[in-house]
Amino acid sequence: MATPTGAKKELKGADRYKAGVLEYKVMGYWQPDYVPKDTDVIALFRITPQPGVEADEAAAAVAGESSTATWTVVWTDRLTAADLYRAKAYRVDKVPNSPDQYFAYIAYDMDLFEPDSIANLTASIIGNVFGFKAVKALRLEDMRIPVAYLKTFQGPPTGVMVERERLDKYGRPLLGATTKPKLGLSGRNYGRVVYEALKGGLDFTKDDENINSQPFMHWRDRFLYCMEAVNRASAATAEVKGHYLNVTAGTVEQMYERAEFAKELGSVIIMIDLVLGYTAIQSISKWARKNDMILHLHRAGNSTYSRQKNHGMNFRVICKWMRMAGVDHIHAGTVVGKLEGDPLMVKGFYDTLLQPHTPVAPELGLFFKQEWASLGKCMPVASGGIHLGQMHQLLHYLGEDVILQFGGGTIGHPDGIQAGAEANRVALESMVQARNEGVDYLAKGPEILAKAAKSCKPLQHGLDTWKNISFNYESTDTPDFTPQVTPAR
Amino acid sequence: MHENPRNMTQGQFSFLPPLTDDQIKAQIAYAIKQGFAVSVEFTDDPHPRNTYWEMWCQPMFDTKDPAAVMLEVNECRKTWGANHYIKVQAFDNARWRESVAMSFIVNRPKYEPGLALARQEGPGRSIHYTVHSYATDKPRGERYK
Repeated sequence: MATPTGAKKELKGADRYKAGVLEYKVMGYWQPDYVPKDTDVIALFRITPQPGVEADEAAAAVAGESSTATWTVVWTDRLTAADLYRAKAYRVDKVPNSPDQYFAYIAYDMDLFEPDSIANLTASIIGNVFGFKAVKALRLEDMRIPVAYLKTFQGPPTGVMVERERLDKYGRPLLGATTKPKLGLSGRNYGRVVYEALKGGLDFTKDDENINSQPFMHWRDRFLYCMEAVNRASAATAEVKGHYLNVTAGTVEQMYERAEFAKELGSVIIMIDLVLGYTAIQSISKWARKNDMILHLHRAGNSTYSRQKNHGMNFRVICKWMRMAGVDHIHAGTVVGKLEGDPLMVKGFYDTLLQPHTPVAPELGLFFKQEWASLGKCMPVASGGIHLGQMHQLLHYLGEDVILQFGGGTIGHPDGIQAGAEANRVALESMVQARNEGVDYLAKGPEILAKAAKSCKPLQHGLDTWKNISFNYESTDTPDFTPQVTPAR
Repeated sequence: MHENPRNMTQGQFSFLPPLTDDQIKAQIAYAIKQGFAVSVEFTDDPHPRNTYWEMWCQPMFDTKDPAAVMLEVNECRKTWGANHYIKVQAFDNARWRESVAMSFIVNRPKYEPGLALARQEGPGRSIHYTVHSYATDKPRGERYK
């Protein structure tokens, strides 16, 4: 870009505000000496500058376009405390092993953002700037949210501990399944799958992301049959059971109508899709807090912008925003299943959702120390191509506070859905038992399962069916600091 | 079709064969190692929302010997075992949890009638459901006889 002044350093006063076009870095958006305040929002971008654009200028441009700048100098800046409102790029690092990419650290004063509004925060941070011509590609990798700003958000309406207390389920991962086929079942047939899976031993069943109110099954019909199934299963097992009733709809008014009906019917949980949008998510989160409802979020759509390393945003940022916006469950990867997920990256997501503080851990993709300021914990959900033969790996990688969802791995069982559910529950309980007894369960997983299968035929048949199924593909979203691919198993 | 034969599956290990005393002791040892306080509770009402079972004792905050906890389990069994459910619970008082960390059944009544589902039909096909444990048709102390 032409620099009319040819200036190298930040300009001040009359020189800064002369009409015309300036490089972003001389306008004050590049401040290598800036020390971020505790109350600043900090964003880390992966920048791929256009050829010929220097890294610090590209970083300054991103800071400018995500805060106060426009393409030319405007005198009206001088009517404001412009130095405060300007975002400041203060550090640029080369990305290891990627010669054309840079990590740019940009600090934003907290007063740039409306309290308790993910929509407002994101309109700046991932607004116009992603289409900006001076960068060839841009990815939001991580954010540090200051405690003062976090405290304006409600967070998860229920939180992991209260959810466990409501469900009376402790000391083990929860089990779930998504009803399959995801499309086409009538309400009556759909409820059959729910009943069988819950009675067989699962804690939850789930609507899929694209089950709303279609010609083959309208929403009220689904809700009524699912609640018959949930209550029958609860009476049959003396356990609290739930089905995530998806209340996603074309309008917010319809969404509330569905949520109210779920409440009337006594459901413990409702579900939304990420494609709802941030405003609607925050609204239904507040409704859920008010109505004692657990809120499940399906991350429909996220891979369109989170999967490729050079452009878009990392899923860990979505995890942060959703913990702030306030959801109780979020799908966050399985490591071993059919969907994208490097083990270290997935650990970074899980820590972001569950920990009260996360330290800097570049190997997990966590670039900032983050204090969560007593916001509740959000339960990660592992779903997509996982099965009971991987139970030891799932417990090892994902821990205890997780919902393991075996959709195909329950419904596809050769002896029926109840048998599939029972097999999963027996596999899980035997693995937790072995872990607590101090057994090296990761190494001895297959032995533990084989032993448990001796007194549980459904588990034996499940193992026979799925024991050799795995999805070994290299991940695309991998750490930059300890380069590795998902190990073959 | 295969049907799940169990009718009361609360707790961490209800799908496994009943735990032996050694297995129970191993779980208690794990709980103590994690710094949890173990307690013993019993009830004759297995309703899923019967939150407050009777406390056999207070959580054993200072007991570091699994055998001592096992003694309480066995004392509770002697008194209530014939016709009550007994569970072992472990409580974690660490900040950010401050709740139950483990819970598993260690004793079942000889006869388990289970629960019924009562339906009250309402307008618009809606139904109000009541889960009801058969045992509670009789007063406490006379159930499971």
